[in-house]
Amino acid sequence: MTVKHPNFTGLCSSPTISTSMTMAQDRVTRKWEIFQGRNRFYCGGRFMTAPKAGVFLLTVFLITGTSTVFFIFDCKYLAENVTIAIPIIGVFLFVFTMSSLLRTSLSDPGIIPRATSEEAAYVEKQIEVTNSANSPTYRPPPRTKEVLVKGQTIKLKYCFTCKLFRPPRASHCSICDNCVDRFDHHCPWVGNCVGRRNYRFFYMFIVSLAFLAVFIFACAVAHLILITRDGKFFEAVKESPASAVVAVICFFSVWSILGLAGFHTYLTTSNQTTNEDIKGSFTSKRGQDSFNPYSQGNVCLNCFHILCGPIAPSLIDRRGIVTNSYRSELSQPITLEPNMPLGNYGLKAQTGPVHITTNTADLSGIYRQATESTGMYSPLRRHIYLAQQIIPSKNCANPKIIPSRAPLVPPYNMHQRPTMVQGTNMIKNSNSMPQLKGICLEDYYEYELSQYYNPYDSKIVVYHKPHRQPPPPNVDEDQFSRPYTPQEKRYNSSTFGYKEMETRRVRDKPGKQQPRPRSSCVYENVDVTSEDIDTYRNVKPVRFDGKPHVRIEGYPKAEFSQMYVQSSFD
Amino acid sequence: MSNHYNNGGRAGETEQMAQPQYLKVFIPRDYTDGTIVRFQRSFPQELEGRLEKQTFESTINRLNEIFEEAEKASCSAYCEGCFACVTAYLIYLCKETRYEKKLRKVSKFIAEQNERVFEPRGLKLTDPSSRGLRVLEISCFDRPPNA
Repeated sequence: MTVKHPNFTGLCSSPTISTSMTMAQDRVTRKWEIFQGRNRFYCGGRFMTAPKAGVFLLTVFLITGTSTVFFIFDCKYLAENVTIAIPIIGVFLFVFTMSSLLRTSLSDPGIIPRATSEEAAYVEKQIEVTNSANSPTYRPPPRTKEVLVKGQTIKLKYCFTCKLFRPPRASHCSICDNCVDRFDHHCPWVGNCVGRRNYRFFYMFIVSLAFLAVFIFACAVAHLILITRDGKFFEAVKESPASAVVAVICFFSVWSILGLAGFHTYLTTSNQTTNEDIKGSFTSKRGQDSFNPYSQGNVCLNCFHILCGPIAPSLIDRRGIVTNSYRSELSQPITLEPNMPLGNYGLKAQTGPVHITTNTADLSGIYRQATESTGMYSPLRRHIYLAQQIIPSKNCANPKIIPSRAPLVPPYNMHQRPTMVQGTNMIKNSNSMPQLKGICLEDYYEYELSQYYNPYDSKIVVYHKPHRQPPPPNVDEDQFSRPYTPQEKRYNSSTFGYKEMETRRVRDKPGKQQPRPRSSCVYENVDVTSEDIDTYRNVKPVRFDGKPHVRIEGYPKAEFSQMYVQSSFD
Repeated sequence: MSNHYNNGGRAGETEQMAQPQYLKVFIPRDYTDGTIVRFQRSFPQELEGRLEKQTFESTINRLNEIFEEAEKASCSAYCEGCFACVTAYLIYLCKETRYEKKLRKVSKFIAEQNERVFEPRGLKLTDPSSRGLRVLEISCFDRPPNA
């Protein structure tokens, strides 16, 4: 029989003094410090709990508090007047309950360590998943493997977090972010998962707590009855209020604890976990002949096996020392660089103003967005997103959809029109603006908005043609139906600022805006005063001096469309 | 592309990642008899020609036997469990569990097998305890990982 020599000097010491012999050396990293789940470790990795252990402290406080009050007030009387055995039994029950609780809460429930990167790669190779829906956000269907366990077909699920096929009866706890073997449930009262390794402690805890609660309740009530003289119960309560308090607490808690103890006794005798019971994995209600393949067949054998069977050691090796090879084995996810470098997008750098051709009908509809090279719209360094596709505006003569090469950076919503922050509704609903699919325009224009002057703010709103769905990206050019806009109705650089828009007059009630049918015209609110209009009209003209000025006379200016200068993508 | 975002502190890790990798064969668990620890006895393709089937099977069988001993619900196991329960599990501060003893036996067996059988053939068994008893890892040293 091998005897372990416990290192009491090292117990509960800080990790900086992990071994007494190596105090002069550098601090060693233990495996618990780089553990990938969400558990919390104490005393140098010896004890572990779930991430949020607040309710566990409440449990400890309740049990300890009630028992202490009981010992102080009731035991004194009962030991003298009834028998000395009562406090002894009480102490024994209390100690047993607390030790079971601490063992349940602070031990490893049977966590299955995550697969190493090579294992994960091997498993991936074994499973060929043909993913037909090639969408970046589509997750492949959960992979399952069917095994025969004692004649019963059991499906093993693949855990995406831990990158392994879960053994039968294992389950992934989302709170602790671990796969736990023979997962029963995550108990917040105990502050830990209940699994294969600590199920017996949990069972012992609730059974002994049930006994303790009943015992304390009985003793407290006995105490109160014994000091009742002449049938005046309330006098007795006044004499010993603590007993009454203790009795009330125990009364309310005993029902739930007894119920839980009974339920777990049933589970133990049928060798099921709470998880399996809830899911109904082995009930005969399913119609098929499903039996529990893990059961020993006999009630007693099941009990014995669960409560007194061999206890597996902890597989996560919390106190082991981290070596370089261990570190390299860990399957860490590849961290994506958050800031995309401002690379060369294959476009020629243009500095200064760009001369716009007036005849924009010749534009083949290839657009590029502004880069830092234009000088006009120096992009925010943190938000230079490239669109995956740039779908040209509805009104241009020869629209082509050009895929760009840049990756999409989340968060993005591919099916949402680019939205603007306040004050630029015209762009939001505009059909003249190319729809930059996948671009996060909010960020893109963010820095600009303070300099925008928007005459349409709450006075005149421009409504344009109703929005149509952009054409599908992989469409053949010949079949592409171009929306035809007659020359006089086109909004392009040649017409910006000069075209007279058809205006209609409406009257808006103060505070209420009438619903506008969508059409390509300006709705002028007749309540606008002339001085308002003058304010709008007297805007400084635009200059190409590198600063983003915009002249708004009701329409987006030509400079705006600087962004959409024709260029070739190569 | 990401070079200039790679801080100096992380250079060490990337070096470690670039360690020479070997072909690794993983032998999964066999669940036909429940949740006890057993490894599959089917001979993996990648080891053909490098290891005899007999040797492989005998190793796996012996390993499975040791695990079965560890998990067997025998009388002595129950007695030990009851005794530990009675002492409020404080006995485990002094004595190690039966399972742990068997795991030590497994480690010893694997080390011995490596020395005698596997290393002369350029292979190496990894202790399944260090892989969380999920797989049995066999590394082939003279083959690149993608062979």
